[in-house]
Amino acid sequence: MDNGTGIGARVKRKEDHRFLTGKGNYTDDINLPRQTYAYFVRSPHAHATIKKIDTSTARTMPGVVGVFTGEDVAATKLGGLICGWMIHSKDGSPMKAGPHPILALGKVRYVGDHVAVVIAETREQAKAAAAAVDVEYGVLPHVVDVAEAMGHKAQVHDVAPDNRVYNWSIGDEAATDAAFKRAAHVTRIDLVNNRLIPNAMEPRAAIGYYDTGAEHYTLYTTSQNPHVARLVISAFHGLAPEHKLRVVAPDVGGGFGSKIFIYAEEVVCVWASKFVGGRPVKWTAERTESFLADAHGRDHVTHAEMATDASGKIIGFKVHTKAAMGAYLSTFSSCVPTYLYATLLSGQYNIPNIYAEVDALYTNTAPVDAYRGAGRPEATYVVERIVETAARELKMDPAEFRRKNFVTQFPHQTPVIMCYDAGDYAATLDKALEIADVKGFAARKAASAARGNFRGLGYSAYIEACGIAPSAAVGSLGAGVGLWESAEVRVNPVGTVEILTGSHSHGQGHETTFAQLVSDRLGIDINNVSIVHGDTDKVQFGMGTYGSRSGAVGMTAVAKALDKIEAKAKRIAAAVMESSPDDVEFRNGAFTVKGTDKKMAFGEVALSAYVAHKFNSAQIEPGLKESAFHDPSNFVFPAGVHIAEIEIDGDTGVTTVVNYTAVDDFGNVINPMIVEGQVHGGITQGIGQALAEGAVYDKESGQLLTGSYMDYQMPRAADVPSYKLGFTCTPCPSNPLGMKGCGEAGAIASPAAVMNAVTDALGVVDVPMPATPHVVWKQMRHLKKAAE
Amino acid sequence: MENFNYHRPASVDDAVKAATARPDAKYMSGGMTLIPTMKQGLASPSDIIDLGALKNSGISVGATVVIKAGTTHAEVAHSAEVRKAIPALAALAGGIGDPHVRNKGTIGGSVTNNDPAADYPSACLGLGATIHTNARKIRAEDFFTGMFSTALEDGEVITAVEFPIPRKAGYAKFPNPASRYAMVGVFVADTADGPRVAVTGAGAGVFRASALEAALGKGFDSASLTGTPVPAKDLNNDLHASAEYRAHLITVMAKRAVDAAK
Repeated sequence: MDNGTGIGARVKRKEDHRFLTGKGNYTDDINLPRQTYAYFVRSPHAHATIKKIDTSTARTMPGVVGVFTGEDVAATKLGGLICGWMIHSKDGSPMKAGPHPILALGKVRYVGDHVAVVIAETREQAKAAAAAVDVEYGVLPHVVDVAEAMGHKAQVHDVAPDNRVYNWSIGDEAATDAAFKRAAHVTRIDLVNNRLIPNAMEPRAAIGYYDTGAEHYTLYTTSQNPHVARLVISAFHGLAPEHKLRVVAPDVGGGFGSKIFIYAEEVVCVWASKFVGGRPVKWTAERTESFLADAHGRDHVTHAEMATDASGKIIGFKVHTKAAMGAYLSTFSSCVPTYLYATLLSGQYNIPNIYAEVDALYTNTAPVDAYRGAGRPEATYVVERIVETAARELKMDPAEFRRKNFVTQFPHQTPVIMCYDAGDYAATLDKALEIADVKGFAARKAASAARGNFRGLGYSAYIEACGIAPSAAVGSLGAGVGLWESAEVRVNPVGTVEILTGSHSHGQGHETTFAQLVSDRLGIDINNVSIVHGDTDKVQFGMGTYGSRSGAVGMTAVAKALDKIEAKAKRIAAAVMESSPDDVEFRNGAFTVKGTDKKMAFGEVALSAYVAHKFNSAQIEPGLKESAFHDPSNFVFPAGVHIAEIEIDGDTGVTTVVNYTAVDDFGNVINPMIVEGQVHGGITQGIGQALAEGAVYDKESGQLLTGSYMDYQMPRAADVPSYKLGFTCTPCPSNPLGMKGCGEAGAIASPAAVMNAVTDALGVVDVPMPATPHVVWKQMRHLKKAAE
Repeated sequence: MENFNYHRPASVDDAVKAATARPDAKYMSGGMTLIPTMKQGLASPSDIIDLGALKNSGISVGATVVIKAGTTHAEVAHSAEVRKAIPALAALAGGIGDPHVRNKGTIGGSVTNNDPAADYPSACLGLGATIHTNARKIRAEDFFTGMFSTALEDGEVITAVEFPIPRKAGYAKFPNPASRYAMVGVFVADTADGPRVAVTGAGAGVFRASALEAALGKGFDSASLTGTPVPAKDLNNDLHASAEYRAHLITVMAKRAVDAAK
């Protein structure tokens, strides 16, 4: 539909006016009658036994209505937090999941662990009383560094004596070893993928409410997937059956994965309401709590080896990764360093033999789980760093080395499960080379050198698998849920449309893009379409938003429901216009009868559907409302080439990203402006990982040293250049809209591009992330000393 | 944040009286450090004595530049007179914190707090300023006595800061990548008494870099500083920068400050 608001139009975001004028409705904006406030007592120790908790003073403090500990929770037989993806070790044994009670029982395992909750009339009273809860700890040895966790004397969980959750493998080890035996060259690299803290703009928050009359629970919460939260709280915690629990995720201010998970604090709020007389219990995280107790991301230590033959073809790839899980297994933590990581180790390349082994390890730190990209940034970092390094060692141009090894025939089955369905990697590379003016780089490098600075160029030819995910496939790999999506299309009698979707928008712009799809299909103004999401009482079911799935999976469900709407509307139009449904055509918002001048607007048909006077309601049901579930048949595979150009100040070690080019193939695009925004945000997060962000726990004390913005550096607008974007398009064959995903690509691609550029500038391989000025200066000083 | 009693005296005398009578009272000027500190529970004064009603702001330029204690950083940064007399001072003020901080925070508050990573103390020491209080005048050399510590007596309050006008001066800051406070900030001045170099952010408090001053004595030119090391001993060593890196940056920033001096 060419009405300016359909698929492909750069429509301004419908939701932005309310967000930008402070009229959003976030969890903390909601206040219920008789509301109380929760404050959590948190562990000051990385690892300790709880000898005794004395709540007697706190209970007498002003305004206190309840104080609860793990024993109170245990007395109600409420289940603990779960990890929803079973991973088996290569010896066949199941992963070793330690208990994760919503309030600690007997032990604390990281600084910030949830020990007790105080509920009071005001936030301040709750906080003051929490300080009066007297906890006697017996401090135990701790380990915070994943590189040291294996077999450390600090044992985080009894079920995992060596701290290993699983030892998992993928690929053919013998075939890969054989390939290495016949290799002409082997490149080796050791990499650390630094731990990140998500830092959504809106901290986590919850209001739990138990209606003592209806015996019904409601939880308002900052969730990317309220139905999944309801499912877990019902089925695993056993709080209440699903029809007695409503979960609402209203406006949510950013998630990046961190709001997928079911956390202790939210469950505590909804559980505790019953025990404070059915008064609502509200909790809003302070920023310090976000740093301490949101699930962190990344934290891998990897050794990788790549074998090439005499012609420069990659013939084998071996990877061993130690992945931190933190102190407990968070909701989807186990699948991140396995099926979301190692299945992407083939990159964009035709690599016949791959073998990877992953040790997931407990550490006395905040749990680690999915964070923008979830496993795929880690995979891309390993693949693209070692490919770049191999090219340099082989004295081949890094772009041409990549081109030589690109997959060129589709579908392409990799040795690590994934079957790439479509792509044209050479086309994205060519476009990126042109936009980045790689030909002019040598002159720019010389100009930098003349100023005493170092300039470097780095590539990242990433691929990712998103549009998560075919239910049968993930089920066979251990997932506890299916990853389809549902949608419902309600056409009102006046022809306006409500879309109820299980996808959840927390920055993605669904209110605009989903409306564009409807506008395109039904030929109506996008302002006549509203998107309803985030409430289990309104939307029948949904699996939520993560893994760049809302377009490829969520919108496909909407498209299928729209197909049904169109089919039924045609039957109604045919009846009203006294024609055969086969002769009715629908185009540009109007139903016409072939070979006649009969015509009905979409709104007229909608009205007819509800008036129901002009068709036989024994044959056609009145009304115009349809729903659909869509289970994808494959992952989708966005891919692209990013090129970073950086300059290092020779005096200070400050790295500036001076040019950044991203050419992405996202298949068909609904709203190019929103897609560009997603790419910008993703690249910026990745530059943050490469140059700025890094969560640091003190080895001696186990304390989080980067516990605020005073010490944890977020990337800022002034830190990044104006990005140069380009797009290529190979439509995705596995969904009718031909869409791939765009939400994570930038964060997946950019750390490798930036670090390849930094290492290119310095002429060394081993520069850790984040490459802060201090880190780079140490490298420069080392090089200078070596030269002297 | 703990509860506190709030006072808003209309005169300096009333302010001093209120503070002297209450040992756990704190003066508040712009509140840009005090309020966050209280929110974090790192300070919980019994009484806040808000100096806002004193309306003690303004800049006068004659033989010296006198900036009243309640003058905001933005006022200093935008003052045509300061920009003419000591451009480096206006530039320094324009680089403190963010626009919110610059429009609320004051020179009196900043100098009183003496944060070891604050910008203003380096200008005071680098220019050889005199701190005026309700009771006396204190030379910058004697005023800054260590981390968050000054020569102010209990209840004593800054009323103005007086800066001599140098032949030229410059300031260069290397911000902490996370907090954007000075990780190393160097204020250089070519004064009637010779070159002065004051360093903030790098140590426990602002200090003069004698090696760099001696080098500049041979000529107020960045080339004079080439190859002049600053000792790393006693410099801060933390997550963001080792003492050695800070020492290196002091020389680099001093050169940049000299190059920028006017």
